[in-house]
Amino acid sequence: MGLFILRRFGVMLLTALCLTFVVFFLTNLYPNLEKLAKTQGNQRMSDEQVEAWLGNRGYLQPTLIKYGQWLGVAPGFTKTLDDGTFVGTCIRPGLTEETTPRFCGILQGEWGYSTVFKDEVGTIVGKRLGNTGYLMLWVLILMVPSALIVGVLAGMREGSALDRSLSTLSIITTATPEYVSGVIFIAIFTSSTVGLKWFKGTATQAMDNPTFENFFLPVLTIALYGMGYIARMTRASMTEVMTAQYIRTARLKGVSFPNIVVKHALRNALIAPFTVIMLQFPWLLNGVVIVETLFNYKGFGWALVQAAGNNDIQLLLAISVVSVFVVLVTQLISDIGYVYLNPRIRIS
Amino acid sequence: MEPLTWTGSIAFLNPLLMIAIAALLVSVVIWIVGSIVLPEAPMNVNMDGTLSSGSGIRGMTQKALRYSFAACVALAVAYIVLGVVMGTGAGIIGAISQQFLPVWLSLIILYAMSIAFKRRLGLYGKLFDSPIGMIGFGLVMFWVFTGVFGALDLIVTHDPLSQVSGMKNKVPGTPLPSPEDGEYTWYLLGGDNLARDVFSRMVKGAWIVVQIAPLATLFAFMVGITLGLPAGYYGGRLDTFLSFLANLILAFPVILLFYLLVTPEIVATGVPNYMAAVLFIFPILFIGVLLNSRYYTRPNFRTPLLIGVLGIAIWFYLSLISTGGYIINTDSYSIWGLPTYLDLFDIPGGILVVFVSVVFVNSPTVFRIVRGLALDIKTRDYVAAAQTRGEGPWYIMLWEILPNARGPLIVDFCLRIGYTTILLGTLGFFGLGLPPESPDWGSTINEGRKLLSIYLHPALPPALALLSLVLGLNLLADGLREESLKD
Repeated sequence: MGLFILRRFGVMLLTALCLTFVVFFLTNLYPNLEKLAKTQGNQRMSDEQVEAWLGNRGYLQPTLIKYGQWLGVAPGFTKTLDDGTFVGTCIRPGLTEETTPRFCGILQGEWGYSTVFKDEVGTIVGKRLGNTGYLMLWVLILMVPSALIVGVLAGMREGSALDRSLSTLSIITTATPEYVSGVIFIAIFTSSTVGLKWFKGTATQAMDNPTFENFFLPVLTIALYGMGYIARMTRASMTEVMTAQYIRTARLKGVSFPNIVVKHALRNALIAPFTVIMLQFPWLLNGVVIVETLFNYKGFGWALVQAAGNNDIQLLLAISVVSVFVVLVTQLISDIGYVYLNPRIRIS
Repeated sequence: MEPLTWTGSIAFLNPLLMIAIAALLVSVVIWIVGSIVLPEAPMNVNMDGTLSSGSGIRGMTQKALRYSFAACVALAVAYIVLGVVMGTGAGIIGAISQQFLPVWLSLIILYAMSIAFKRRLGLYGKLFDSPIGMIGFGLVMFWVFTGVFGALDLIVTHDPLSQVSGMKNKVPGTPLPSPEDGEYTWYLLGGDNLARDVFSRMVKGAWIVVQIAPLATLFAFMVGITLGLPAGYYGGRLDTFLSFLANLILAFPVILLFYLLVTPEIVATGVPNYMAAVLFIFPILFIGVLLNSRYYTRPNFRTPLLIGVLGIAIWFYLSLISTGGYIINTDSYSIWGLPTYLDLFDIPGGILVVFVSVVFVNSPTVFRIVRGLALDIKTRDYVAAAQTRGEGPWYIMLWEILPNARGPLIVDFCLRIGYTTILLGTLGFFGLGLPPESPDWGSTINEGRKLLSIYLHPALPPALALLSLVLGLNLLADGLREESLKD
């Protein structure tokens, strides 16, 4: 088991390295850098000025060296300009030329500086992740139990009326992407045309003061799309368990139906959905980006959109590290959890 | 001109529809509750040894459900038929159903033909045995026909890009202030923020989806199958390497990938062209290996066949990836492609990058499915028999394993077209790739959502259209799965 986890960590590290390099490569293509220079400096810069701007900030070094600098395995970029000022990627206010550290990458705990928000990337990501974490918490609280209940109810009597109506319901929710359900919810519950006005159409205030009124719609929108899928998986697993031999034995022994479902079937039926829920996290991340844009909730997904739209290289890299980390850790948890929940599987 | 109401002179049907829908809802609830609370109908043993069960109260709830559902369907059909006959006299609904007349006719012909010959049509024919599959197929074909006829300018009432002054954000059914001769007099579903016709834009948007989604899914399947079969069949290092690559792409949040790939700056670097050149080569490989492995024992037949098929395929491939005589044409360098007089069609950079990234996102999932199926099927006896017979590995993969994996693959194909549709909508929603004035559903939703609290009509039609198409594809996949499991 220890070796298995160790190997998975190795693969995780390799994946994260490859992915960040891809992001690094794409954001450092020259047209992207040019756009960065023009948005940060001046829209009407000439080609030479763009080149000088980029050169003075170390953007024109070879990609591999820049990547090493970002990681913290290559010495940071430094240059003395013609007018004698000393510039470099590692320079912080209050440090002189001599005391500036040679390395400043993520290995040294420095995530860089965001060019859009004019702030340390570490603090931005931390703050935005907090907002999104709160959103995700409520999404999971709403989504997981309701999906499991729907799946178990549908799967306990295959082909029954309840099964068919709940299955249709879960098909409908999986066919409704967040930007469609969100728009429909906003239209029905918040607009002045329909006149219900039960909820607020934006979640901007929810960042400081989340209430049911301004926070429920974003949560519902994300939860609904993921719910159908988990419910269908739970249903499939439940129907499979209900046809097992030991369930038949229990029925023949005269155990009542609710007892069979709760005491005999449920535990075995919940093994497969556990993996599905864990693997659902990467999808939730997508939903978060859409919903945060739609409801103007300034979380992680909103930061991603801002960073990507403005080619904020270091913020984008930090965001991709975090999201890749989330994806890989949930995969690891799902694998380990599967082994613990299912005693029939042992990893040698 | 008077503004149109929703139902016009067939408004007498509205209370009936309300009653029918209420009856349907009530009977659904009773049916569900009944299935839990009521006892199952008792079984009687007849004299001749057969069993019969009385319908009981449960049977009655089912009957009530069926009748109320039939009433709803009949009323919906009545709306459409009356609408087709009366046109704008039956309000907006009538006018819309009249505009959709070619779609209704094609659907009727398609269903009549399919049901008449369903026993000879294999899996497709069996689809018409399952109500769910039929509903799903109907929804899908509705949008396919809408897309095709919309592209032929049969359904649309106005040009989707032209603006009519005075029609900004007007509600559905508003007449044009000064219609010219031959121009359609109303904006059936209102005008959007830029005074364009919402109805025509929705219809035109269907064509974009119908063009891109199935084709992109097909390419993703070609890539996934061509790589997944050997990964599953051979295993070992190849499998480890390819699986690592697939997991790498899957670990990317899709939206981050889109934001990185689908930007004008990336299009300017030529990265999408490189990806297109790599990804589009897989169908050629697939077809070449498929035919060669089957016919290599008959060189006299194989060689001309391969030359013909691959020649055309490569021609298509080169016209696909080269634009204006170049494969890649950036400021600093360019690579020559097919000369313009041989080039069949040019794809605008915006569309190409959308297409490529959708294929790129979908293919790792297909790869994993195909790999899993190949791992399972390669242990079967018929594979061992083919190996003993001395068949080559590619023959076994493409002519023994692949046909036996077709059931799950067809089902996944339907689901994946739906997913691709969602992805295209996501791209439009974030304003990536397609030009901002393009009538595709995602961009229209994105534009409409900004004024959603005041004007509902620009955002809702494309949202409901996308929802119904994806729902149709999901139901179709469900029906196909059910029917293919019955074999």
